[in-house]
Amino acid sequence: MNTRSPSFTKIGGLWACAPWITIAVFLLPVAAGLVGTVLPAFGYLPAIGGEHLSIEPWRALMDQPGVASSVRLSVQTGLLATAFSLALAAAFCELLQDHASYRRLSAMVSPLLATPHVALAIGLAFIIAPSGWLVRLASPALTGWDRPPAGLVTVRDPEGLAMVLGLVLKEVPYLILMTTAALSQVPHAALRRVGATLGYRPATTWFKLVFPQVYAQLRLPVYAVLAFSMSTVEVGLILGPGNPPPLALLASRWFADYDLQRYFPAAAAATLQGLLVLAALLAWRAGEVCVGSVGRAWCERGVRAGAIEPAARTAAGLAALALMLGLIALVGMAFWSFAQSWRFPAVLPGQWTLQTWALQLPRMTGTVMTTVGLALASALAAVLLTIACLEAETRRGHAPTHRVLWLVYMPLLVPQIAFLYGFQVVLVKLGLDGSSLAVAWAHLVFVLPYAFLSLADPWRALDPRYARTAAALGETPWRVLWRVRMPMLLKPVLLAFAIGCAVSVGQYLPTLFAGAGRVATLTTEAVTLSSGADPRIMGVYSFLQAGIPLLVYGAALALPALLYRRRRGMA
Amino acid sequence: MLARFARTALLAAALAAGAPLHAEPESRPWPDILARAKGQTVYWNAWGGDERTNAFIAWAGDEVKRRYGITIQQVKLKDTAEAVTRVVAEKSAGRNANGSVDLIWINGPNFLAMKSQGLLYGPITQSLSNYRYVDTEHKRSNLIDFTVPIDGMAVPWRLAQFVYIYDSARHKLAEMPTSAPALLAFARQHPGRVTHPTVRNFLGATFLKQALYDLLPDPSVLQQPATDANFGPVTAPLWAWYDQLRPTLWRAGREFPETGPAERQLMNDGAIDIHMAFDPAEAAVSIANQLLPPGARTFVMAKGTIGNTSFVAIPYNAAHKEAALVVADFLLEPATQARAQDPAWGGNLTVLDLAKVPAGQRTLFAPKAGLPGLPTNEELGAPLLEPHPSWMTRITAEWEKRYSR
Amino acid sequence: MTTGTAQTLSLRDVRIALPDRELIRQLSIEVAPGQVVTVMGASGSGKSSLLAWIGGFLQAPFVVTGEVSIGARRLNDEPPHARRAGILFQDDLLFPHLSVAGNLLFGVPASVRTRASRRHAVDEALSEAGLAGYGERDPATLSGGQRARVALLRTLLSEPQLLLLDEPFGKLDAALRADFRRFVFEHARGLGLPTLMVTHDAVDAEAAGGPVVVLG
Repeated sequence: MNTRSPSFTKIGGLWACAPWITIAVFLLPVAAGLVGTVLPAFGYLPAIGGEHLSIEPWRALMDQPGVASSVRLSVQTGLLATAFSLALAAAFCELLQDHASYRRLSAMVSPLLATPHVALAIGLAFIIAPSGWLVRLASPALTGWDRPPAGLVTVRDPEGLAMVLGLVLKEVPYLILMTTAALSQVPHAALRRVGATLGYRPATTWFKLVFPQVYAQLRLPVYAVLAFSMSTVEVGLILGPGNPPPLALLASRWFADYDLQRYFPAAAAATLQGLLVLAALLAWRAGEVCVGSVGRAWCERGVRAGAIEPAARTAAGLAALALMLGLIALVGMAFWSFAQSWRFPAVLPGQWTLQTWALQLPRMTGTVMTTVGLALASALAAVLLTIACLEAETRRGHAPTHRVLWLVYMPLLVPQIAFLYGFQVVLVKLGLDGSSLAVAWAHLVFVLPYAFLSLADPWRALDPRYARTAAALGETPWRVLWRVRMPMLLKPVLLAFAIGCAVSVGQYLPTLFAGAGRVATLTTEAVTLSSGADPRIMGVYSFLQAGIPLLVYGAALALPALLYRRRRGMA
Repeated sequence: MLARFARTALLAAALAAGAPLHAEPESRPWPDILARAKGQTVYWNAWGGDERTNAFIAWAGDEVKRRYGITIQQVKLKDTAEAVTRVVAEKSAGRNANGSVDLIWINGPNFLAMKSQGLLYGPITQSLSNYRYVDTEHKRSNLIDFTVPIDGMAVPWRLAQFVYIYDSARHKLAEMPTSAPALLAFARQHPGRVTHPTVRNFLGATFLKQALYDLLPDPSVLQQPATDANFGPVTAPLWAWYDQLRPTLWRAGREFPETGPAERQLMNDGAIDIHMAFDPAEAAVSIANQLLPPGARTFVMAKGTIGNTSFVAIPYNAAHKEAALVVADFLLEPATQARAQDPAWGGNLTVLDLAKVPAGQRTLFAPKAGLPGLPTNEELGAPLLEPHPSWMTRITAEWEKRYSR
Repeated sequence: MTTGTAQTLSLRDVRIALPDRELIRQLSIEVAPGQVVTVMGASGSGKSSLLAWIGGFLQAPFVVTGEVSIGARRLNDEPPHARRAGILFQDDLLFPHLSVAGNLLFGVPASVRTRASRRHAVDEALSEAGLAGYGERDPATLSGGQRARVALLRTLLSEPQLLLLDEPFGKLDAALRADFRRFVFEHARGLGLPTLMVTHDAVDAEAAGGPVVVLG
């Protein structure tokens, strides 16, 4: 008589290390970076004379004129963008179930997901500016304006609404994707049927029965959206007010100041930003609880239909509008790249030319190669690490706890500005700063969570009996992975890779800090140019910024279809 | 982690004590420098917001590659301060050699910061053979940058002069203001059609300095450092004027274009009536590139406008000092300076004294005729000297304090 | 298809339990070569867990004591891929990314080296299943009964020493069921493989013709 642990749980050393290596790769920079930013925030940075801890930096921060407005702006834009995106995405998914027209619209979601924030922001700026497309469409015919109106305030409006819109354009597709993924875990079809048989109208059923269950899985993506919206620098630079700017912009401005003593209040501002995000997340959590109890009371009242119906329809319509606006933004920038001269109030360029492309492309090859190289490297590393972790998990035989998911989301919940400066100091000490390796690592920190999240569910959903059958046929675990699991998961793996590439292309602050400004990607160049350079050149950059991730996406979808064109079971 | 900070602290303390460590002049013979420079890559950190400058730097890269085997890699900056920050970060991490910045396009407060913190390599001008052509008598800004003596720590590269631009299709030259009070009147007549780049930007700060020059009965006080005592009284007329101007500005003076090119785009779309630039050839070149309407023309203030010199400097820890020196010398070559003055390549005024340049090369500098929007030297008048940098830093801080909500 | 020497499958004093209850207590079975032993019981009585344990796939939180051996070889310590325990599930689980021949080739042991001999084995198996010429087909294009046969042959091609059947006839309709059942038992007996079958259909048990163990 003997007891033996089941053989499957013994896993080789390398596989056992995989989760730890992964955690080290992306959590160490965050942790080290936070320390490296918090210490100067309290006055400790010996290299420029900060030898003692003090709260002087905080006093300098508070003395800065307009800092209260900066804080208010950060919180305001963050909360508004998140709440709005969530409401729109939820309503859109509701109508998605019932209406074919919405299903067609949802095809637009993928291209928008692949486009970096910066490209969308630049495109949106052109659409809504006083000299932009919307005004041009109406002028001079409807408005009689032959010059952009002096009083119209849209881009860089003081309340940050243009910035909110820019964020919404990117977050709505993202949340639609997350909601759709979450839906597959909830028996929504059955729930809708039950609701209908009890007499509830569709939108009411959705928000009373389905959405509360879906939200449990949406929570972390929503938190990530909130953290990003509050602390984004790149969207703020393009669409946000400059005077005073949101807090993260203030911090990044000070980090670049020639007055070196500004580092201390910069670090304080960055730390404050981190604390603000934490406070906002807690407040949102508290809000969830409140909404939960209000919602339960609402459910119990038994109202079959109400204001929720038209509200949901409006919100879904707005979501569709947001999706279309995003695509129009990209089209606008594409037009600019082919324009010779396009002055107000012309709706279309007066003359078209290929000259901008001809002049810029040769000069951009280095930047494009860098962008593509970084994307491929970080996405590949992320996917390999993810597969290693998931395989280790499969071999160990137990499903991960909820805590693991929080760990994976951590880099997305900490504002980038709150730890990237500290990370740069670490890189300088290691002699790595400015190298492509450092930038790829910095990208990996953010690519890994997205790759993991997109691959984990399909991986775990694969019928485990395939692996058992293969093992019973004599295949070692390595061969099971290589010959059975990977081919069957080719499409999710390639999609995770494509998502990783898209995330890497869109990174701004990590490239700037880790690359010490020596590594130029399409996104960093686009943000530099967005401060008023030739819009034709901006068009070329936006086009490429959006085009490269889209190409990878297309390949990720086409390759499995091609390889398995004669295998219906793989469709 | 803290132990490392402590070690860096000791190093920093040692470095901070006393005069800058690296003040030995460059003394190697030029052939040695050329030989060492061959094959090196110079990371030239330069503001990347101007396409023509980027194109010029690319051309310079081709030339030095062909002649000396040196590669120029332009690191495009949003703001020169980024490069200063990087050198500081490297110094704070103890990296005193193999720095990532080889050459910086620099002047003003950035130069002052680097020079006073011992972050520059030099003196170097004495080792450059083309430095003998530089005009050090009439163009005093080649020796004194914002009242700070260069002391050979930086090499002059190009001259700039602050100019204004208007659209002759909408206004006549006679309507355009040539003094600060006249500008206020113009802005009142055309509300929302006048603006300036944010004062954090060099151009925006110069707009205010220019107005101060115009409003002060005796501007010589600006050549002295600003003090707590005199700053308030001296700048009082400026703020009084600006308080009246602000509500009439574009976006009611609450938002400002981030840079000169951003402001130029506003003019291109017809949103504003006056644009400003540090480049006399800005109107001409922009018209050619369709970045300004064909009617754009240049004008200056009656009392004259501010001019200054841009320099290139080498950080103390640059990895490729020799190649950087060769590039700096190349920039001073008469042929290079003449090309830079050509509006097609930027239209930047030369720092050289044409009298010192060999007669055969002087013809390279003859002005090109027939470009609309290019002002004549007479129209530009004599440039005013830049005030002491402390005025600019204080004015910027005061403006932020007063006008940020 | 060649076979190893026919051997007996023995289970001794097997106890399978969960933290809060016991599923199988003191089970001992001997399955002779070619014999089909049927295990029956209500849902949740541990039938599938027993098969999983024999195959080497049972994991925490199950706690198992007992021994399983085939002939003289003790299986407890072996990793699943070394046990040579062929397993058939209710779903055919043909790999969708391989052709029919690809699936079968997957099962042929690596010791069969040359391409020619491997293909030969597969061709023989296909004609055995009445599916000659179906090699290059996409498995998704076959009918349920055809796929079930391919699944069995894939298992048999791997030269197992014992056969585990986890309700393999459940998804087939009545007519197919009888046919496929006969197909499976014929091959198992023909090759002398000790077979353990889990089912809750009494007709299956009857057709198996061997001892029936009832759990729970």
